[in-house]
Amino acid sequence: MSVQSLVMQQFASVAKQQSIELAPLSNEVVLLDSGLDSLCLAVVVARLEDELGVDPFASAAESQLPVTVGEFVRLYEDAVNKQLK
Amino acid sequence: MQPYERESLWDAICAAGNLSERFLCGVERVVTLAKLERCTSLNGRAESLRGRSVLLRTKDQLASALAMIELDGIVRRMVLCTPDLKTEDFLYVAAAVQADAILCDGTIAEDLHGVAELVPCGTDLEEHAFHRGAQQPTEWILLTSGTTGTPKMVVHTLKTLGMTVESSVSLTQRPVWATFYDIRRYGGLCIFLRALLGGDSMVLSSSGETTAEFLQRAGAHGVTHMTGTPSHWRRAIMSPAARSVSPPYLRMSGEIADQSILDRTRDFYQANVAHAFASTEAGVGFVVNDGLAGFPAAWAGTRHVEVDIKVEDGALCLRSRRNAICYLGNQPAVAGADGFVNTGDMVEQRGDRYYFVGRRDGMINVGGLKIHPEEVEAVLQLHPMVRMALARARKSSITGSLVTAEVVLDGDPGEGERAKVAEELLQLCRNRLPAHKVPATIRIVTELAVGVTGKIARRGA
Repeated sequence: MSVQSLVMQQFASVAKQQSIELAPLSNEVVLLDSGLDSLCLAVVVARLEDELGVDPFASAAESQLPVTVGEFVRLYEDAVNKQLK
Repeated sequence: MQPYERESLWDAICAAGNLSERFLCGVERVVTLAKLERCTSLNGRAESLRGRSVLLRTKDQLASALAMIELDGIVRRMVLCTPDLKTEDFLYVAAAVQADAILCDGTIAEDLHGVAELVPCGTDLEEHAFHRGAQQPTEWILLTSGTTGTPKMVVHTLKTLGMTVESSVSLTQRPVWATFYDIRRYGGLCIFLRALLGGDSMVLSSSGETTAEFLQRAGAHGVTHMTGTPSHWRRAIMSPAARSVSPPYLRMSGEIADQSILDRTRDFYQANVAHAFASTEAGVGFVVNDGLAGFPAAWAGTRHVEVDIKVEDGALCLRSRRNAICYLGNQPAVAGADGFVNTGDMVEQRGDRYYFVGRRDGMINVGGLKIHPEEVEAVLQLHPMVRMALARARKSSITGSLVTAEVVLDGDPGEGERAKVAEELLQLCRNRLPAHKVPATIRIVTELAVGVTGKIARRGA
């Protein structure tokens, strides 16, 4: 499964468990407008860490923090690719 | 005269009588108390240690037990060490207590030679006629790990240790006590003394045997009163030898006894299950016999069965004659100016009851909101398939920490079943806890480490 799919799956799973109605998540959607709060995002990040073995937020500089869903996915794709090298 | 007012442990043992029918059962041998009338386990060295400061550092608990009986009232100071004490901590303690002698059973590490005289002891008994005249109230020193890891030395006497909260129970069988605890720690020591001062017998546990082996040994000796931490009991129930014992009286202390474990052990053993609050510094605070978790709110702000109980800033504080005398070394006093020992255990009132919610220093911080791991564990333990649970912090680059949990399940469920239970547990937590307390991740594991103190291991998991 692609990193994109795994990330989307986690968003959906966490939203479902928290009984949150998620807006359709296209790449331009701003994370904080998606319906997920920072606690939800933290949970998504934790689960992705367990699944993919990476936590790009641990080393990300303030300027690199993702604003949109697309940037979030790209952050993970980059981290996973770096890990594979 | 109360048993603990006797001049020495040996005097109190004799005063209770019936020595030929009472025993101490170790992992390798059983010693009838009558034998101790004319025998020594220390090669007759007790007299030469009169007025001295001694360290007990034996592998076998029975060896320490026999030494305690032989030396109380004779030595000035007796320090109880457990085998897990690191060398550097041992050297620190030996210096702080001005040790004259180290009693040990078996070989002792090279770097401990020269610290003090090494006196061999053990469980072999030799005929020896000696005058036991007790001369001074011995200081009993127990070690407890502070937050820094360096042991704190807590000073007790036979009096503070021997005052029990028991009401006498009538049984048709002779009482036989057993505890999962090591008797060199407070939880085990007060049971050991309760058995000896009360005229009963005891089965000592051993780190050299499995839970199953201990249960079988205790059962074989007819244990009637058995104690341990809730983690000890959770492990016992999971053991194939769980039914080797059927004690009418069961007690737990040392960790929060939630309603699930109280109900489960009561149903499993059809026993009278009580839970007690105790700490090395405060001594035994109180015993709760009503089968419910926590304790009646009415007890706080009053004197209840010889202990004064109060709650200050959410922490349980106790004052009684079972409190330790002081710490040795450069430490603040054990109790405040008003004589109350602050236990650092947090309580919360709900209705007419106080419930234990966790250690003050154990909290997890999720985005500024504080969580007691014990509270999350209590919810997880409500699930019928959960045997044991551990909640910990996991680092989060977004909220600082998150709650993560590990649970041990009943039986050996397959992967599908495990995934299903994990989902159910998440739902259970969502139903009972605010969002920030719900574990971000839940792992099903095959076992959870229980430390040498019998409490679930919380650090570095």
